[in-house]
Amino acid sequence: MKYMNKTIEELHKLLIEGKVTSEELVKESLELSHKIQDKYNAFVTIIDDAKPKEVTDNLLSGIPYGIKDNYSTKGILSTGSSNTLKDYIPFFTATSIENLNKVGAVPVNKTVLDEFGMGGTGTTGHTGVVKNPWDTTRMCAGSSAGSAAAVAAGVYPYATGSDTGDSIRKPAAYCGIVGYKPTYGMISRYGLFPFASSLDHCGVLTRSVKDAAIVVDNMKGIDPKDMTSWDSSNMNLYKSIDGNVKGLKLCYIKELCNIEMYQNASSELKEHLENFKKSLDLCKELGMEVEEVSVDKKLLDALASVYVVISCAEATSNMSNLTGLIFGPRGEGNNYIEMMKDYRTKNFSSLIKRRFVIGSYVLQSENKDRYFHNAQKVRRLLVDTWKNLFKEYDAVILPVGSGPAKHLDNSKNILDNDTVLLEEHLQIGNFGGFPSITIPNGFIDNLPVALNITGNCYEDIKVLNIAYALESEMPYKNQIAGGVSNE
Amino acid sequence: MNNYKALIGLEMHCEISKTNTKVFSGAKNSYEDLPNCNINAIDMGFPGTLPVVNKEAVKKAIMASIILNCKQPEYLYFERKNYYYPDLPKGYQITQETKPAPIGIYGELTYECKDEIKKVRINNIHLEEDSASMVHLEKESLLNYNRAGVPLLELVTEPDFHNADEAVSFLETMRLIYQYAEISEADAKKGQIRCDVNVSIMDSDLDEKNPNNWGTKVEIKNVNSFSGVRDAINYEIERQIELKESGKYDEMPQQTRRWDEETLSTVYMRAKVDAIDYKYFVEPNIPKFKISSDWIETIKKEIPELAPERKEKYAKEYGLSNKDARTIVKDKILADFYEECISLKCNPKTASNWITGNILGYLNKYDLELKDIYLTPKMLVSIINMIETGKISSKQSKDIFVKVIEEEKEPEELVKELGMTQITNEQELISILEEIMDENPSQIEAYKKQPRLLDYFIGQMMKKTKGKANPTLASKLLKNRLDSIIGKETSMKAKVTDKCIGCGSCVAITESKIFDFNDDGLAECVVEEISDEDKELAETARDNCPTGAIEIEEE
Repeated sequence: MKYMNKTIEELHKLLIEGKVTSEELVKESLELSHKIQDKYNAFVTIIDDAKPKEVTDNLLSGIPYGIKDNYSTKGILSTGSSNTLKDYIPFFTATSIENLNKVGAVPVNKTVLDEFGMGGTGTTGHTGVVKNPWDTTRMCAGSSAGSAAAVAAGVYPYATGSDTGDSIRKPAAYCGIVGYKPTYGMISRYGLFPFASSLDHCGVLTRSVKDAAIVVDNMKGIDPKDMTSWDSSNMNLYKSIDGNVKGLKLCYIKELCNIEMYQNASSELKEHLENFKKSLDLCKELGMEVEEVSVDKKLLDALASVYVVISCAEATSNMSNLTGLIFGPRGEGNNYIEMMKDYRTKNFSSLIKRRFVIGSYVLQSENKDRYFHNAQKVRRLLVDTWKNLFKEYDAVILPVGSGPAKHLDNSKNILDNDTVLLEEHLQIGNFGGFPSITIPNGFIDNLPVALNITGNCYEDIKVLNIAYALESEMPYKNQIAGGVSNE
Repeated sequence: MNNYKALIGLEMHCEISKTNTKVFSGAKNSYEDLPNCNINAIDMGFPGTLPVVNKEAVKKAIMASIILNCKQPEYLYFERKNYYYPDLPKGYQITQETKPAPIGIYGELTYECKDEIKKVRINNIHLEEDSASMVHLEKESLLNYNRAGVPLLELVTEPDFHNADEAVSFLETMRLIYQYAEISEADAKKGQIRCDVNVSIMDSDLDEKNPNNWGTKVEIKNVNSFSGVRDAINYEIERQIELKESGKYDEMPQQTRRWDEETLSTVYMRAKVDAIDYKYFVEPNIPKFKISSDWIETIKKEIPELAPERKEKYAKEYGLSNKDARTIVKDKILADFYEECISLKCNPKTASNWITGNILGYLNKYDLELKDIYLTPKMLVSIINMIETGKISSKQSKDIFVKVIEEEKEPEELVKELGMTQITNEQELISILEEIMDENPSQIEAYKKQPRLLDYFIGQMMKKTKGKANPTLASKLLKNRLDSIIGKETSMKAKVTDKCIGCGSCVAITESKIFDFNDDGLAECVVEEISDEDKELAETARDNCPTGAIEIEEE
């Protein structure tokens, strides 16, 4: 590895100075893609005929990157990691990818995800399990598993992701990198295969906060094709990062962070929360105020169910276009119903089918009030609670998950109902469309762990600045996974 | 039937055909082109596509909502109606349910049925997207996605109709509204209008205001013509009465049937209990949109003149009979044609007579539509002008009219080609007249007793001029000549009929000598008998009366 472990700023400087060419970078990135594919299974497609691009003033020009395979890419296989679209080659490109390509970024591969983003393990894609580059017996989490693995393994400085519950921020945590999803609508969703439209966000996985800002600067923008997108042209994220956080106020939530809340806390959990406390101390050293706040536990406990109800309901409807009639391999049968049934039965994984059943159930007229409408009400209550916190605090800081990456062999994972909330709380960022970023903040058993910073809508710059200030004081910036194989 | 009364409600779907693009995509809104040409990734439901609301379609929908006296919502929402069918690529239709709020609710509309004014309550009107069209062949079905995503207005009435006449009159009124408001061509032949009809019957002595008295509702789906609506309603009322009479009515479940055009009967589809659960929820990709009262006011001002207003104008300003005015406004293309004639300074009565007479007669005879024929308002006005200036006779004008359509040539060109110019030169006619007088002494003698023999002399004149003599002039000259030969004094009387609208043209022409205003502001004849020297003046007044109210009698 010569260059691909570097930051975007470093690569740009080298390119401008003529010390390296786009061609060399693309070649190296492709070689690395092939090299890690056997180990981690991170890609659906490696774009071997990727062409170098002209180097311009734009920081991303000439530099390779990866695209999560649920972004529509013209002329390039786009599967959503699903058998339903295993041969689907779109005739249009997602707006955000178009934006990157326009400034000279070079896509070199399409990364594996949990089928259509519906999963948090990185194990349900149609091309198989994605392994964690820090320890191949561990999962990357999902759904942006392939993007996380590839960035952590140093294939390129960044890959796009999408985040409906925590699909960027959780895998980033497990892979020791940065995962950022900006405010809802900052990046157009046109061309992103939908999972749950009201929760879906585009975003990016990188190895540093500044890189994340650079990439989102180039992905974002109001899009006439996405009515939920908004004009952020007055916001330059990269240039706004100055690390000045003095006087900012952060809060963390007692019900999540206090070890006394967990009756049978594992040593991993204890270590994770201890480590989180150290990060809080660091915040104070940086001149920020940090306070503990308490949130109604009952409301917090409803969070995971609210997510299941809303996301499954929207997903059921969003994926009704997958019938195999217009695109996808056409099913067999004597009439259209049999054909659709055959296609959907054969090609969707059982996990997805289960979610469709839940989604249909909660939308049925006799259940809709009890489940779907109530879930929407509780979503509003949760968002209002967080909005109230933002009146007093600049951001909420919380640990990601209950520790490091889980084992792929599920029997080795400790099942603990108490930690459900720790595993799921990032979904609030999706409920409210809040800007939210995960950065590595330490190691447990030689595996990375992370913290998350979430701010109010449109306050992306503040969130990035806090993350940048913390990152600068910790030794985990730009880290590349060691590639431990326990097999 | 007398023992029962029917309650009928309609769901009328009408495509908004007057937008450039579809309701949620940039594809062209037209399906007259080759199948599957006016489509894009959004219409086909390709993964990752998102809907973008067509503001023009929303505007037209709001206009319809205003015309139907509905209440408009504060915010615009759309919802998904989820179901699987090959004509619905996304697996859901973007539409508006009654909650949170469609584009219009709780309106009412008055309409005319057999000269009576009736009122129907509108439950709601909403904007949605159309599905693809399908052609079912013996072994396969063909899909045309040109129609997928075309904006569609669905209007739901309360069950306020009592018979097929009322329902069809309402539909005709609605069609005119859509046409005149430039919302849609509203052409059922193009499949732009489709109806669902619901019918129930109840004992006629019960109060229909109390829903508890209503019978079991039967919904009839996919009735695609107005005559189909009429037939379906009549069939269904008969069917339900028969069930009542045979004591089987109470076993009939609430159900959905479909109208079968071939057997002219309704066919059972499914019971209410098997109705599809559409799992509606708010479309998350379309943020709620504030409909400002300013916007509604602007749209209100943009509503074009609708059929009833035009009809009133034609009757009051142009002096057309109610019947003629109604005939013309019944088809917007016809009414536009008419107004174009008037803007070309054609006499409104004359234009109306031509349109309701010759033109409609021709169209009906050959089952054509006005837009299918070559004739333009300019050509019609040119024909009318040629008659009025005496260039051609009224009989010739009819030939010219037909030839314009059939040979697709300009009227002037045809007149020239056919040598149809009239002899209007008095001297020329008088010299021919003298010939006729010399040749027919016995007929002149007979004329003394039989004034009807004038026709014989006119016939002679036509023969000699090969039909080119201006008949009015020829007739006048002959009559004067014959009367002077036999020494008869003619007297002339004039009268103003109740067609008079008090425009005063006759008063002006005769300088109040022959005609003058009465106390009601209408014209009347003020002389007992019109002297020889005033004859011409009186005739000019008659010929210039826009409503044809002056009658002149000669004795």
